[in-house]
Amino acid sequence: MAEYESHHYDVIVIGAGGAGLRAAVEAQERGLRVALVCKSLLGKAHTVMAEGGAAAAMGHVWPEDNWKVHFRDTMRGGKMLNNWRMAQLHAQEAPDRILELEAWGALFDRTKDGRITQRDFGGHRYARLSHVGDRTGLELIRTMQQKVVSMGVDVFMECKVLRLLADAEGRISGAVGYWRPTGEFITFTAKAVVLATGSIGKSWMYTSNSWESTGDGHAMAIWAGADVIEMESVQFHPTGMVWPLSVRGILVTEGVRGDGGVLRNSDGKRFMFDYVAPMFRAETAETEEEADAWYEDHINYRRTPDLLPRDEVARAINSEVKAGRGSPHGGVFLDIASRRSAEYIRRRLPSMYHQFMELAGVDITATPMEVGPTCHYMMGGVRVDAETEAATVPGLFAAGEVAGGMHGANRLGGNSLSDLLVFGRRAGIGASDFAEGRSGDPTVDDGDIQTAIADALAPLERDGGENPYDIQHDLQETMQALVGIIRTGPELEQALEKLGELKERTQKVAVGGGRPYNPGWNLATDLPSMLTVSTAVAQGALNRKESRGGHTREDYPNADPEMGKVNFVQRQTDERGPYAPISINPEPLPVMPPELAELFEEGH
Amino acid sequence: MSEVPMSEVPGTTEDELEAPPVASVAPEAAAEPEAAAPVAVADATPPVEVAPGEAGPVDGTAPAAPVPAGPAEVTMRVWRGDQTGGEFADYTLPAQEGEVVLDVIHRVQATEAPDLACRWNCKAGKCGSCSAEINGKPRLMCMTRMDQLPEGPVTVAPMRTFPILRDLVTDVSFNYEMAKQVPAFQPGPEPPGGYRMLQIDVERGQEFRKCIECFMCQDVCHVIRDHEENKTRYAGPRFFIRYAELEMHPLDTNDRRELVRQKAGLGMCNITKCCTEVCPEHIKITDNAIIPMKERVVDSSYDPVGWLGRKIMRRHKASPEEAARTVSEGALGNGSPQESFGAASPEEAAAGNQ
Repeated sequence: MAEYESHHYDVIVIGAGGAGLRAAVEAQERGLRVALVCKSLLGKAHTVMAEGGAAAAMGHVWPEDNWKVHFRDTMRGGKMLNNWRMAQLHAQEAPDRILELEAWGALFDRTKDGRITQRDFGGHRYARLSHVGDRTGLELIRTMQQKVVSMGVDVFMECKVLRLLADAEGRISGAVGYWRPTGEFITFTAKAVVLATGSIGKSWMYTSNSWESTGDGHAMAIWAGADVIEMESVQFHPTGMVWPLSVRGILVTEGVRGDGGVLRNSDGKRFMFDYVAPMFRAETAETEEEADAWYEDHINYRRTPDLLPRDEVARAINSEVKAGRGSPHGGVFLDIASRRSAEYIRRRLPSMYHQFMELAGVDITATPMEVGPTCHYMMGGVRVDAETEAATVPGLFAAGEVAGGMHGANRLGGNSLSDLLVFGRRAGIGASDFAEGRSGDPTVDDGDIQTAIADALAPLERDGGENPYDIQHDLQETMQALVGIIRTGPELEQALEKLGELKERTQKVAVGGGRPYNPGWNLATDLPSMLTVSTAVAQGALNRKESRGGHTREDYPNADPEMGKVNFVQRQTDERGPYAPISINPEPLPVMPPELAELFEEGH
Repeated sequence: MSEVPMSEVPGTTEDELEAPPVASVAPEAAAEPEAAAPVAVADATPPVEVAPGEAGPVDGTAPAAPVPAGPAEVTMRVWRGDQTGGEFADYTLPAQEGEVVLDVIHRVQATEAPDLACRWNCKAGKCGSCSAEINGKPRLMCMTRMDQLPEGPVTVAPMRTFPILRDLVTDVSFNYEMAKQVPAFQPGPEPPGGYRMLQIDVERGQEFRKCIECFMCQDVCHVIRDHEENKTRYAGPRFFIRYAELEMHPLDTNDRRELVRQKAGLGMCNITKCCTEVCPEHIKITDNAIIPMKERVVDSSYDPVGWLGRKIMRRHKASPEEAARTVSEGALGNGSPQESFGAASPEEAAAGNQ
């Protein structure tokens, strides 16, 4: 019997990015005993990578803006596949969440009259993104990190959670994991568990995501019997770095285009004018003159097509490269150098300036950047109640990227940071209410804990076997090639077959070394999550026989109105775990009430 | 920590850290554009022919890596070990174009040493996780290009100031303990219509909030690098900029100056600017945070009225005693508030500012 340390809390929050931190603040303020558990050091979560800003219809720059416009933009950006209630709550509550950060010490960039200023971003009708240069995510993280520390929340850093634990009635009652620095095991019991584990991007070869984005929360929810939705909706951000190869995939913020940058092909042509879908034609500029005038006057001119939603831009870049009009390293050009002064670029986009200067030797104030799509964001995730973020399994809550529904088939830039704040807080409230209403101390089964520990230790105990790095590489290659930005039925079937082989191989992984800070072993414990979510993505993509948002099927190039009325819901029922099958079924989307539905009719 | 033979590594002695070796690349130099020819659209070479289903940012395979112009092989001399000791191990791999140190470390993990411990996250210079001493100088592994290091083996060692966990990973909990000692941001009551701040007033704080907490300033600071005993009474450059940021925040009402002087040990800093030199965010730690803080601390002792006059939009400042009370007991030592450390007297601090 393996030994482990035990901790007892009212609420545990797994993940310390924006959503996890915000949930922890809320639960701690309620006077509950809260643990915040994260795989990395506190303050290093992937939220620090968010650059452009947090969308909130505060109306500081354009008084015409309000939550209804933001709601409409969000739903249209998501190709109407969003959970309308989440999109509504998000649009209504985001301004308060931003102002709240200011009262906690955040220093956003200002308007001339001293209020928080807002910048333009793709798919948003008005300049709406509160920001701090191009390091807004860092500001969010640091502000809430400092808040959590000052409140005295117990933080378990570099602690990886392996499995959720349930009581005899099936309520989620805790979790088991291990300390990365020592390799010692640790268990928590809790009355409610909030998943805030972020993304899944590490299963692709070229991604803006860090090593942490292995979909642990998505996978643990599935293994716990919770529903996940829209797993096919993966966002490929249109502008990642493409060169040098070692930095391929690193994000180039949409703020470059928001601040005047434009996309050009190898002929120097602003090709986005050729890729305006009918849905966006009425509000998109037709000439370069009109597009350029829009930056100064949003009322009398229509927006530049460079700022169409991300799925549209990513597909356009893909088409240009395939047509042979790409840049030398297989991307297209993003040009702000010829359009804005060097001083302006350095002030507005300091991180981008340094990123290109230091990693690629490119001065973006003098030369265009080379960019191409990179796996960036997971729209799909745990199916939650819009108001409380409760999952379909009692005691489990989810917020941020691990939750599904808010963004539909495609997320607008800037809606992620505001999502973290709005639903992080709501998950904190939901989990606290649940914990307070739950009687008795939560109980967990030692047998479940021993199984999780034995599974985790197996790769260390095996003599000879598969190298986890090889499996990760093959997984990334499979997902990049077969479940990438453009998909086909036969390729998705092939992907599922390969994922089956990878699951076999993963059960034969062997790693050397001991348990303390052993990255080979750590990766071996990440692989089951990566395989589960990859399978769910491929299954979802195979079943959604249409093209919508981030999901594009070459064999079904158009949107299908019938498919637009359903979510594909995946779950494990009787047999559960990394190697058990996942069922998939279409279920109807929640129906929008008439007073909101009319926002999408002509004239709005 | 003392058993780790770090001093045997070329370039890790105190002297060499004070005066970085000529051959090593300073952060400023790394940013110079001449290192690689920028790609210009106007004279761009014809686009690479990309067949459908091949290459491109979309499909599985990458364009074939160009033949590297530099050496064909790279050798990484990586410190391996734990609290009980360790040694450097050499790993030689084929060179690849455009790589940073972290890329090569990852290739070592994937091929030769799967259990080589290294801490990293974003690999884009934004999270501050992968700090190490590269050829004896604290650098982010993800932002240090191989082609800008001198030829020959690249030495990669963990940060020396913190206890080793394993290989390149150190126990940086000292910094998290120091963070707990900082009295929280405390704004005045919100006026009708919300807080207003001018851009020019937030920019001073924004410079310090660029900090990615790589802790390299802490690593290189002699006060704790060479004097373990000071760790109980010295917060270090990272937290001096945090105190400065709060002190300069237009809305904050907490007064932390006595705390900074007495418990955080501001006076022990003798302004050698080592922290500023290693900051990957190019924050002017010494000039813009430490020196102004030393001045304010002096002012608070001798000219409280003048200090108050310079504050803008301050509605209420907590007394030093109030601020100190909000500090949790314990980690910063249990000295009395009157206790002062090192060169902590206001006169000495002021002298150091000349």
